[in-house]
Amino acid sequence: MAEGQFEPRIVGFLCQWCSYTGADLAGTSRTEYPPNVTSIRVMCSGRVDPTFVIKALAEGADGVLIAGCHPGDCHYQVGNYKAMRRYPMLLNLLDQFGIERERVRLEWVSASEGNLFAEVVKEFTETVRALGPLNWDAKAPAEVVAG
Amino acid sequence: MISLTIDGKTVEVEEGSTILQAAEKAGIQIPTLCYHKAVLPYGACRLCLVELKWSDGTSSIQASCTYPAQEGLVVETASERVLKTRKVMMELLLARCPNVKKVREMAAEMGVKETRFPKKDEDCILCGLCARVCNERMGPGAVNFANRGTEKTVSTPYDRQSPVCMACGACQLVCPVDCVDLSKITPHTLRPIPSEFDEGLGTRPSIYTPFAQAVPNVPVIDSTTCLRLQAGTCGACEAICDANAIVFDQEDTIQELDVGTVIVATGFELFDAGRIARYGYGRLKNVLNSLEFERLSHASGPTGGEILTAEGKPPKSVAIIHCVGSRDENYQEYCSRVCCMYSLKFAHLVKEKTGAEVYNFYIDMRTPGKGYEEFYRRLLHEGVHFIRGKAAEVTDVAESAEEEGKLVVVGEDTLLGTTRRVPVDMVVLSAALTPTKDVDDIARTFSLSCAQGNFFLERHPKLAPVEAASDGLFLAGACQGPKDIPDSVAQGAAAAACALSLMDKGVVVLAPITAEIDPDLCSGCKMCIASCPYEAIEFDEEKGVSVVQEELCKGCGTCVATCPSGVAKQKGFEDVQVFAEMEGMLT
Amino acid sequence: MADKPKVAFYWCASCGGCEEAVVDLAEDILKVVEAVDIALWPVALDFKLKDVQAWEPGEVTVAFINGAVRLSEQEKWVKLLREKCPLVVAFGSCSHLGGIPGLANDKTRQQILANKYLRAPTVDNPNGTLPQPETEIDGYELELPVFYKRANALDQVIDVDYYLPGCAPPPDLIMGAVQAILKGELPPKGSVLAPEKSLCDSCPRKDSKPDKLSIEKFKRLATSIPDPEECFLAQGYLCMGPATRSGCGERCINGNMPCRGCFGPPPGTLDQGAKMLSTICSVGEAETAEAAAAYADSLDDPLGTFYRFSLPVSVLGHSRRKEE
Repeated sequence: MAEGQFEPRIVGFLCQWCSYTGADLAGTSRTEYPPNVTSIRVMCSGRVDPTFVIKALAEGADGVLIAGCHPGDCHYQVGNYKAMRRYPMLLNLLDQFGIERERVRLEWVSASEGNLFAEVVKEFTETVRALGPLNWDAKAPAEVVAG
Repeated sequence: MISLTIDGKTVEVEEGSTILQAAEKAGIQIPTLCYHKAVLPYGACRLCLVELKWSDGTSSIQASCTYPAQEGLVVETASERVLKTRKVMMELLLARCPNVKKVREMAAEMGVKETRFPKKDEDCILCGLCARVCNERMGPGAVNFANRGTEKTVSTPYDRQSPVCMACGACQLVCPVDCVDLSKITPHTLRPIPSEFDEGLGTRPSIYTPFAQAVPNVPVIDSTTCLRLQAGTCGACEAICDANAIVFDQEDTIQELDVGTVIVATGFELFDAGRIARYGYGRLKNVLNSLEFERLSHASGPTGGEILTAEGKPPKSVAIIHCVGSRDENYQEYCSRVCCMYSLKFAHLVKEKTGAEVYNFYIDMRTPGKGYEEFYRRLLHEGVHFIRGKAAEVTDVAESAEEEGKLVVVGEDTLLGTTRRVPVDMVVLSAALTPTKDVDDIARTFSLSCAQGNFFLERHPKLAPVEAASDGLFLAGACQGPKDIPDSVAQGAAAAACALSLMDKGVVVLAPITAEIDPDLCSGCKMCIASCPYEAIEFDEEKGVSVVQEELCKGCGTCVATCPSGVAKQKGFEDVQVFAEMEGMLT
Repeated sequence: MADKPKVAFYWCASCGGCEEAVVDLAEDILKVVEAVDIALWPVALDFKLKDVQAWEPGEVTVAFINGAVRLSEQEKWVKLLREKCPLVVAFGSCSHLGGIPGLANDKTRQQILANKYLRAPTVDNPNGTLPQPETEIDGYELELPVFYKRANALDQVIDVDYYLPGCAPPPDLIMGAVQAILKGELPPKGSVLAPEKSLCDSCPRKDSKPDKLSIEKFKRLATSIPDPEECFLAQGYLCMGPATRSGCGERCINGNMPCRGCFGPPPGTLDQGAKMLSTICSVGEAETAEAAAAYADSLDDPLGTFYRFSLPVSVLGHSRRKEE
């Protein structure tokens, strides 16, 4: 990490059966990848409420990663399809808020794809780094501003 | 019941039985030629003669197949007089048909070497079985005795093909000397019923046991070809069956069973080698797929295990092509795991049974397992030719004299660095193992996922190889992935053990991460019901709220994210818990 | 006269519809007038700022404040009323949630002022003059209220005791609230004076909703007429009902229009818009990423649709990025 370089803070939502296990595999395989993603385990990517994503962005995250099983392979049959359906509309909504859609990513990572997980984290971290900090000022009250 | 004595043995039979039937019951063999259980006895061949000993000391010779059993009768089946008389009958038969194989065999068995009577050279022994079966049992009466006395023959009217013959083949079947030529009797083309188990290489009758290991191991009747069910005739099987086990009016029944565990073991299908047109399967004769060759070379197969070409001769050279449809990005990318071993087995069998030259076209030799590598080495020593290269095509277009009339396998030999043309008499295609055609329907019925190659997905590749993702559902055998018999057996035992342990427990263990809906806050909008992958949420019409069936809930949380009122919660993964995790990360 | 309790009505950034709602009480307004004295109602009565400043604390029992707070003027007033009145009720969607004026929160102040004073086709403003809080003209000091960075719900500026939801709140809800106040039978402070379940609970079309709802494509009100009896979502029309509190009497539904969410989210929902987005996508039928994107793109304005009334109180809607 270069001194003074912006380190993006990325919240990850990983599904227990595929992507979380895949991330574990990346770990046990000693694959190197940046530490910018902190993971929250959910049972299925279908559990990821869009509220989580926007709350993360509002509370200091610069990016959000949602990772689930490949379509067709969901441990719960079709939970990941719900995630897949929510994602593009969420991005369209973020557009309207002026938040770059590249800050939120949906990826499919299976339990055996440790290397893929590491690649995704590497690449996504650089994408968010290039976008810069989000700096969402959630706690700011309504202020008086001259002019 | 009537009691009589045969060869000193007392035997009881029902009223109306013949001496022959009584002898059969007593376990005493009497030679016959014109007797068949499916038709009434006729007494034509006279071989079944026995001596009846009367109480006044006299005796008579009678045909046991027609003479009725009587109370107190004393019968000798092998007395000196009987044997002498029987031999004369044999001489008469031998005189009429001196070159018929069966007659000669029976004569030899009886010790009859020559006949004193003037010889003819007939094929037919005039037993009348064909005429009797056609008239009595089958119905049409296409074949009958014609003429009388020394001119007596068996034929169709005017010696022409009979329009009433239904080509059932019964006459040919019952003829004891194999002299019926169906093409003279019927104008119809004969359509033998192909045997499914023998991959169409052999035939089967309408009543048949599918294969030696069938469960249950009893014959079944193919209602589409059975003459009794289709045409109301025959019924010979019912007449013959001593156990009265034949029931023609059985109907299909549908049984509904309530079960809690299911083991899916629906097996595999062989890749259709015809899809790779350049191998000539289905177009060129003597190109077989692996299952066909297995039946051809198997002792219980249509040729009794003799490896024969379509021309009926043993091949002098055989090519075995590995990886047909496997390890191929155009068809199946995966390796089918068992083909190298069975291809080597075929090579060995060909060598052993025919001594032919064997050429195995392979990509890699995959022989993991006990004794497998050693078996491969043995074949190397047996002189099997191994050509490392994917065969490009099988053609019957000869490019040289030695290729005339042969199948030529063209392939690259990567070790020699050259293309080879190998002329052979027979080609065996080791085809890929693929999922069965109905795998999508089965998957949908049981909520199974399919993964690589469209085989069923196990819960965990290392730690749960026989369990499916859903509780109570298990997988075993090739439906979960190509595998050989030892692995299939192991999986089957494992799946059965898992199922048993699940049933034995008496309780179902649920993960405590199920969803719940507060009925006081639920508005019954049903959005959760629409999104649940397991149909685990029911709508309570009375209360107007959605209710999670906890024992069906798998704890995915999809309904929780979907709930627009925030009323559905997932234990262990509530919104507040996730928010707390986020706060910890971001502050 | 001193015996009748006094009430105050005040309006911030609003359309006047909440005033209409009071008038809509029709005959019931006589009951109101019988029971209370109105000490402040800018639309109808001529009380001034100094009158209000002169109130004794507690003299006026309750202030019903409608409208979003976007100007310094409004902030001043609502803070004054909070000081003077023991009870403050946020009246209507705009003060409850931020309301329609809150939709401006996805634009910056600069963008809004530029649209209004610089870019609009009918504007002729060659010098690019913009309103200023303080201006000197001809020796006079003129003041204009400051236009804040964003619209706020009432409770983002002052402490609020109760909320009367709706755009506008229905007459029976208003009557109920007034009577409850007069009788002193109020729920815990901070409550919304409407039922807790979402609209589907009392919707007359509930029975026609299938168990396994799915939406293949959205239908637009601009190009088709909904069936008057079937659940809107089942027909493919976007209805905010599942993510909206009930209590409005389904006036829109009965007018064959799908719910637009003016009562705000039920309790337990942090963000009305995100929840509605989640639910409407969960019941879509897309099986591929392309189909999901097409489904999403077929809804023109998710922000305006899902956050029509609640943007200022939503997670992302009441603030922006720091550099602005």
